[in-house]
Amino acid sequence: MKLRTLSLGLLSASTLAFAAHAESITIATVNNGDMVRMQTLTDDFTAKNPDIQLQWVTLEENVLRERVTTDIATKGGQYDVMTIGTYEVPIWAKQSWLLPLDKLGDDYDVKDIIPAIANGLSVDGKLYAAPFYGESSFVMYRKDLMEKAGLTMPDAPTWDFIKQAAEKMTDRANGVNGVCLRGKAGWGENMAFLTAMSNSFGARWFDENWKPQFDQPEWKNTLQFYVDLMKANGPEGASSNGFNENLALFQQGKCGMWIDATVAASFVSDPKNSTVADKVGYALAPDNGLGKRGNWLWAWSLAIPAGTQKADAAQKFVSWATSKDYLELVASKEGWANVPPGTRSSLYANPEYQKAAPFAKMTLDSINAADPTHPTVKPVPYVGVQFVAIPEFQGLGTTVGQLFSAALAGQTSVDDALKQAQDAATATMTEGGYIQ
Amino acid sequence: MARAVSTQHKTIATAAAWIVALLIFFPILYTIITSFKSEQEAIQGFNLFPSGTTESYTAVEAQSGYFKFFLNSVFLSVGSTILALLVAIPAAWSMAFSPGKWTKDILMWMLSTKMMPAVAVLFPIYLIFRDTGLLDSRIGLMIMLMLINLPIVVWMLYTYFREIPGEILEAARMDGASLWNEIVYVLTPMAVPGIASTMLLNIILAWNEAFWTIRLTTTEAAPLTAFISSFSSPQGLFWAKLSAASTLAIAPILIMGWFSQKQLVRGLTFGAVK
Repeated sequence: MKLRTLSLGLLSASTLAFAAHAESITIATVNNGDMVRMQTLTDDFTAKNPDIQLQWVTLEENVLRERVTTDIATKGGQYDVMTIGTYEVPIWAKQSWLLPLDKLGDDYDVKDIIPAIANGLSVDGKLYAAPFYGESSFVMYRKDLMEKAGLTMPDAPTWDFIKQAAEKMTDRANGVNGVCLRGKAGWGENMAFLTAMSNSFGARWFDENWKPQFDQPEWKNTLQFYVDLMKANGPEGASSNGFNENLALFQQGKCGMWIDATVAASFVSDPKNSTVADKVGYALAPDNGLGKRGNWLWAWSLAIPAGTQKADAAQKFVSWATSKDYLELVASKEGWANVPPGTRSSLYANPEYQKAAPFAKMTLDSINAADPTHPTVKPVPYVGVQFVAIPEFQGLGTTVGQLFSAALAGQTSVDDALKQAQDAATATMTEGGYIQ
Repeated sequence: MARAVSTQHKTIATAAAWIVALLIFFPILYTIITSFKSEQEAIQGFNLFPSGTTESYTAVEAQSGYFKFFLNSVFLSVGSTILALLVAIPAAWSMAFSPGKWTKDILMWMLSTKMMPAVAVLFPIYLIFRDTGLLDSRIGLMIMLMLINLPIVVWMLYTYFREIPGEILEAARMDGASLWNEIVYVLTPMAVPGIASTMLLNIILAWNEAFWTIRLTTTEAAPLTAFISSFSSPQGLFWAKLSAASTLAIAPILIMGWFSQKQLVRGLTFGAVK
């Protein structure tokens, strides 16, 4: 009996010693399908790295952004790996808040990362975050309704075609809206869509001297086109629709076309949730023949804050989660259709993936059609396709988003909204010291 | 005739009370209803009759361990309440029974700290917590919750203590009771109903506090507010799952409130009718 007690004691002591030796890293993340899936697959990582334990913190997107910003600005050291987007990476890297990812391992194959995405996550040629999944935006449309309207969607439509198709597809008596677009105010909601759209109309947020450009005809054309299109062919109450609301409308068969994130393709083509799963076609985001398309570029990425004490373990994890092997791990457990998209060129060359994801080619073409370093027709002093990578943009983008949302709702005119946007932007940029 | 009017009055008053109560309770009721819908149903618009699926609860349970968050919530709300009472009972005693020239001002000043938006002091507090190693610790958060609820606790206790005739305490002193004995054996037993309702209200406030509990924790000390927050999703449907998480998070406090409603109501209306 004594011997048993003793051996039990020894066993628990050695377990404790092992546990004390194991390094624990804390990962902050958002609640989306791909991230949740990763949390269920981490046994593979801990089997390969028994000395590293993983702790997860999942937060709502805006809370996460605020928490992570507070922590990183005060060097609080609460997180060792954080999930951030293409908006934060260039700003934070310039502040020396992030560690460059230079120890991802020999097998990592950095060159395999899709160039447009890698550019968005690099500063001065150094990679500061590894993409976990990437996305652009494109047109999702109902093939049956398009046929009924007697039209054929080209692979690369123009805005005029979208307008013409929307008018023909709209059948409000039967609850079908020609086109569904974002209207809910927010820098990551309607302004993501409208900023990307404005690029294809030749507009820009600022000129080379950071002077706001909402008083220029290109912005007027963009906003007027958007408001007219939505008033004639959009769903009721569109000014409060974001990604999730439009997703539900499209899945219920209430939209002829929907221009939004490429990641939506896997939702609208899923027969379990979508009533139109077998009727969806895809096309590139529209343009106006000016050389830029109205599609954005975003990548939820893993970065390591400069304040971490566990940089090596953190890099090991980032390397694992964004590797080719991880894509294969997901494929072997959950099928190729569930692999996180938009990060590696090799995935799009994989015939099995092409078969499982009919939207694969269009997704890759869309990502490649976005250039965060040269987003607009005319030159700009900033980086970012659907945002301007300066710290002031979150606040300013949301203010302008509210004005444009009000224009869509009919509470203000397009001209008034643009004038107020110009004033707000001028005030912010003067205060920030951009305009002398 | 007079009687008929009063019955009619009573009926109207009862009906009005029911309507107001339903209005106040409706968001919670609708959250519970939504938690029994599928994600598709949840976003389809107003509907009071769910299909009764429990898939959201299964998903929520599979995604994160509820129990750890629950234990943290219990520890933080009860712990911070006990701490607050330890500080507030002596403070309220002195203000109620031997008020000085500045007592009223001190009371107002304490209350004024509640008027500042919490986010205004986020950075100073965060830095203090970082430098004292209290980030993501239960003790640190317990102190924080105690501090933010302290003004309300002191005010409530002060109001109760004022109702107790000072002569009783004087009598105790005449009989030779020390200060300690006076507080423990005379004042506290008489104020038990008041202290109990203060305690209940404070537990509810601490349980629902969602600014500091989310911002000062990461994994170890995170309570149910952080648990709820993790179910909102940037892309994809999540209303039903979020409702299920919220229902799970408020259930314990709702049940506690139900059982102690008599004390709560008594406590909240104490001194209102004289």
